[in-house]
Amino acid sequence: MQDAGYKMQDSVRRNITKELMAALYRECREALSVNDYPALTVLRDKAIRSFEESGFPTTKLEAWKNTSLKESFSTEYKVVVQPETGVDVQKVFLCNIPHLDTAIMGQLNSWYVSKDVPLMKLGNGIIMGSLAEALKQYPELVEAHLGKYSGSNGDAFTSLNTAFIMDGVFIYVPDDVKSPKPVQIINVIHSNENLFLQSRNLIVLGKNSRLSLVHCDDSYNQQASFSNVVTEIHMGEAAFMDHYKLQNLNNSSTLISSSYFELETAAKLESHYISLNGGLLRNNLRLRFNGPHGGANVYGIYLMDRKQHIDNQVFIDHASPDCTSSELFKGILDEHSSGVFNGHVLVRRDAQRTNAYQSNRNILLTETAKVNSKPFLEIYNDDVKCSHGSTTGQLDQDAMYYLRQRGIGEDSARMLLMYAYADEVISKIDIEPLRYRIEDMVKKRLQGELQICEACVLHCNTPERPMEFMIDMSKI
Amino acid sequence: MESDQNKIIGEVTQSDYKYGFVTDIETEYAPKGLSEDTVRFISAKKNEPAFMLEFRLKAYRHWLTMKLPTWAHLDIPPIDFQDIYFYAAPKKKKQYESLDQVDPELLATFDKLGISLDEQKKLAGVAVDAVIDSVSVKTTFSETLAKYGILFCSMSEAVQNHPDLVKQYLGSVVPYTDNYYASLNSAVFSDGSFCYIPKGVRCPVELSTYFRINAANTGQFERTLIVADEGAYVSYMEGCTAPQRDENQLHAAVVEIVAMKDAQVKYSTVQNWYPGDKNGKGGIYNFVTKRGICKGSNSKISWTQVETGSAVTWKYPSCILLGDNSVGEFYSVAVTNNHQQADTGTKMMHLGRNTKSTVISKGISAGKSNNSYRGLVRISKNATNSRNYSQCDSLLLGSACGAHTWPYIQVENKSSIVEHEATTSKISEDQLFYCQQRGMNAESAIGLIVNGYAKEVLKQLPMEFAVEAQKLLSISLEGSVG
Repeated sequence: MQDAGYKMQDSVRRNITKELMAALYRECREALSVNDYPALTVLRDKAIRSFEESGFPTTKLEAWKNTSLKESFSTEYKVVVQPETGVDVQKVFLCNIPHLDTAIMGQLNSWYVSKDVPLMKLGNGIIMGSLAEALKQYPELVEAHLGKYSGSNGDAFTSLNTAFIMDGVFIYVPDDVKSPKPVQIINVIHSNENLFLQSRNLIVLGKNSRLSLVHCDDSYNQQASFSNVVTEIHMGEAAFMDHYKLQNLNNSSTLISSSYFELETAAKLESHYISLNGGLLRNNLRLRFNGPHGGANVYGIYLMDRKQHIDNQVFIDHASPDCTSSELFKGILDEHSSGVFNGHVLVRRDAQRTNAYQSNRNILLTETAKVNSKPFLEIYNDDVKCSHGSTTGQLDQDAMYYLRQRGIGEDSARMLLMYAYADEVISKIDIEPLRYRIEDMVKKRLQGELQICEACVLHCNTPERPMEFMIDMSKI
Repeated sequence: MESDQNKIIGEVTQSDYKYGFVTDIETEYAPKGLSEDTVRFISAKKNEPAFMLEFRLKAYRHWLTMKLPTWAHLDIPPIDFQDIYFYAAPKKKKQYESLDQVDPELLATFDKLGISLDEQKKLAGVAVDAVIDSVSVKTTFSETLAKYGILFCSMSEAVQNHPDLVKQYLGSVVPYTDNYYASLNSAVFSDGSFCYIPKGVRCPVELSTYFRINAANTGQFERTLIVADEGAYVSYMEGCTAPQRDENQLHAAVVEIVAMKDAQVKYSTVQNWYPGDKNGKGGIYNFVTKRGICKGSNSKISWTQVETGSAVTWKYPSCILLGDNSVGEFYSVAVTNNHQQADTGTKMMHLGRNTKSTVISKGISAGKSNNSYRGLVRISKNATNSRNYSQCDSLLLGSACGAHTWPYIQVENKSSIVEHEATTSKISEDQLFYCQQRGMNAESAIGLIVNGYAKEVLKQLPMEFAVEAQKLLSISLEGSVG
C-alpha cells in the first residue's frame, strides 16, 4: 500500500510484507516477464494471486506450527530484483575439494554468474547455465517443465517464487546421456546488505540419463539474509540422480528451500540433505512417483547449535504402484537449537505393492534443545508395506560407559559416538572425495570448529587431513 | 480361491449388528433443540444445586463461541444441534429400591445385551451402573462397596449426596472450555457414573458402566468422574451399544480421572455403538473426551479400549503425568469396516520427573473405512528422565480402506527417551498359507491372525471384557482377506 511506488532499483531495506511483495510484483511485472513465453506470464499472475490470498505463513498453519518466521521477518531486507555486476567469478567460486572434479555452476545472490557464456551446450547435448538465458534460448524446453511440479500445494513461498521467477540454474540432460562428472551448484550470498533473495532452478533429466548434482548454499559473511529457493526436478523414465544438498549459512540467515521431484517410470533418486549451519533452515521436499517401479532414498543429517532452527518437511506421494521410498533423517541438537521433522507418506488408492519407510532420530545434548517429530503415514491401499519410526534421546549410556572403561576421555568418547551416529547418513554419500570432505566437516562441526566456513562449504582452505580422534584406536 | 475369499468377506462384512433392537420403554424428553432453556430444564429436572447450573451455563455460553473442529481426518456431515433431544430418560415413578422394581422391559434389554444385572450382581462380583439414554437406571452392589467407603453411584446421585466432591473435581481434568464437544457435554450432560475410592482402599470388584442409547433422535451426553485417593486402586469397565437406526445419533461423553499419590486406575472400554449399515447409513457419532491426571507421585492411569462400533469415532484418551514417577498407559484396538471412520489415539503429557508412558495402538481397517491414529507425546522441560514407547500398527484388509498415522512427538529435554514405531501392512500371506496348510479355513485363519495381532491389547482387558472383545473382533473381521 504505502509501497506502491517501490522501484526495482530501490535499494532501501524494508520489512517484507505481503503488501510489499504484491506491490513490488505489480511494479516489476513488465520487466520480469520480458522474456516470458505467454503461459509463464499467466502463471506468474496466478501465483501472485494465490500468494496474496494466503500471505506469508504463520504458526497457526499446521505445516508451520513449529517454525516461526517472526524473527526472520523482523529484520529489514533489500529485495533483490537485479543482478550483481562486476563480480570476479574466479575469486568467488573456486572449489578445492581435493580430487573432486565437478562442473561448477555459480550463483551469487540468486543470480547465475559465469566467466564466459551464461548457458552452455556441451558436446553430449547437456545444457547447463542460467535459467533466464534458457528462457530466451530454449523456451519450449523450459515451458514443458517450469511450474509443472511445484503446482498446487498452495505453499505461499513457492507461489511467491513462481511470481518472481528471474534467474537460477537450468540443467538439461538429454535421453540416454550420462553426465561424465558431477555438477556442482554453488549458491553464495555475499553482500553488505541484508538481502531478500529468490531463485528458481529447473533440472530436467531425460530417459535413461544420469546426473550427480551437488547443491551448496553458503554465505560469506555474517550479514542477515532471507532466501526463498525453489527447485523443480523432472526425472524421465529410468533416469538416475544422485542429489546432495549442503547447507552452511550464517546464523542470521533464513533459508526456505523447496524441492519438487517428479519421477517417471523406474526413475531412481538418491537425495542427501546435509545441514551444518544456518539461522533458520526449512527444507521442503516434495516427491511424486508418476510412474511405476520408481525408487527414492532420502537421507538427512542436521547438526544444530546456538539458536539455530531446522525444519525438514518431506512429502512423498506414492501415486503409482510398485514404488519404494525410504527416508532417514538424523539430527544432533545442541544448546538452544530446535529441530522439526515432518514426514508425510501418502499411498494412493491405486499404488499397489508400495514399500515406504520413514525414520527420524534425534539426539538432544542440552536441556534447552528441543525437537518436534511427526512421521505421518496416510494410506489408502492394503497391498503395502509401510513403517515409520522416530526416536529422541541422548547418547547411548552403555556405549559411553564402554568407551570410558577403556580409558577414553569423556570428550573423545562423546565425539566418537556422535560421529558414529552421523556416519550412518554420511556413509551413504557415493562421491568419494565429497564424502571425505563432509566427514571432515562433520567432525569439525562436532568439535565446534566449523562456524561458517570463511568461504563456502566446500571451500575450506585447510589441507586434507585424515580422520583422527584423540584416542588410541588400538586399545579398543 | 479369490472368489471364495471375496464371498467370505462379503458375508462377514454384511453380518448384522446384533444389538440393533429397540426397547419399548416410555421415555421422557426435554424439548428438542439446544438453548439456555434446555440447559436450565435439564438442571431443574435433576434438581441440581446452584453451582451445577452455573457450571452448565458457563459451558453453554462458552460453547456458543466455539467452532466445530475440522482438523480430524473425518468426513462428518453437518450436525443440526437444534434437531436433537438433549435429554431423554426412561420414565420412572421413583428411585428403584431393588431390581424387582425396575421396568421388566429394561431388564430384558440388559439381558439381551448380555449383561444380566441380576446375575452379575450375584455371580460375577462386578458392580454395574447401567445408563440408558441419558439416565442411570440401576447401580448394583452399592451397599457392598459402601462397606469399604467406596462411592459408586450415578452422577445425579453424586451431585445430590456428595456435592463437595463433585464441586471439587468436576471439570478439573477436562475444563468446560476444553473443546467443542466437551463444552457441549458440560452444558447438557444428563448423567453418568461417579466413583470415589478413599485412601488406601483397593476396590475388591471391578466397577462397570453400561451405556445404551435407546430413544430416537437423542444425543447421549454422559459424564464420568473417577477419583482415586492416595494409594487406592480401581479397575473400571465401560461398554456401550445402541439400536439400529437410519439417522445418525450423537454421543458426546466426557470421562475424567484423578489419581492421587500412589493411586492406580485402570479404565477399560469396549465400544460397540451401532456403526451404521454397510452403505454407511445411520450409526452413532462418537465424540468423546477422556482424560486422566496422575496428580500425585507414583500414580498410574491405564486406558484400554476396543473400538468396534460407531459411524464416526473421535476419541483421544489422554494422561497428564503431573506427579513424579507417574505412569500412563494406552492400549487400543480400533476396528473399522464398511464406511466407518475412526480418528483415535492418545496424548501423553509428561510434566513430572521420571514419568513413563506406553502407547500400543492396533488399527484394523476393512471395507471402505478409514482408521487413523493421532497421538501426541510431549515431554516438557522439567520432565527429566522420562520415557515413552509408542507402537502403532495398522492392518489393512481390502484395497478400498485407509489407515493413517499421525504421531506428534515433542521433546524438550535431553535426559528423556522417546521411541515411536509404526507399521502398516496387510495380513501376511505366509501366515495365512501356513494356517490353511494345516487345515484351517480362511475364515478361522484370519480370526486367529487378527486376534494374535491384537493380543497385546486384549490381554490388558479384564477377563470378562476380553472374551467379549475377542468375539467382537471375530465377528467384525473373520474372513476379510485382502
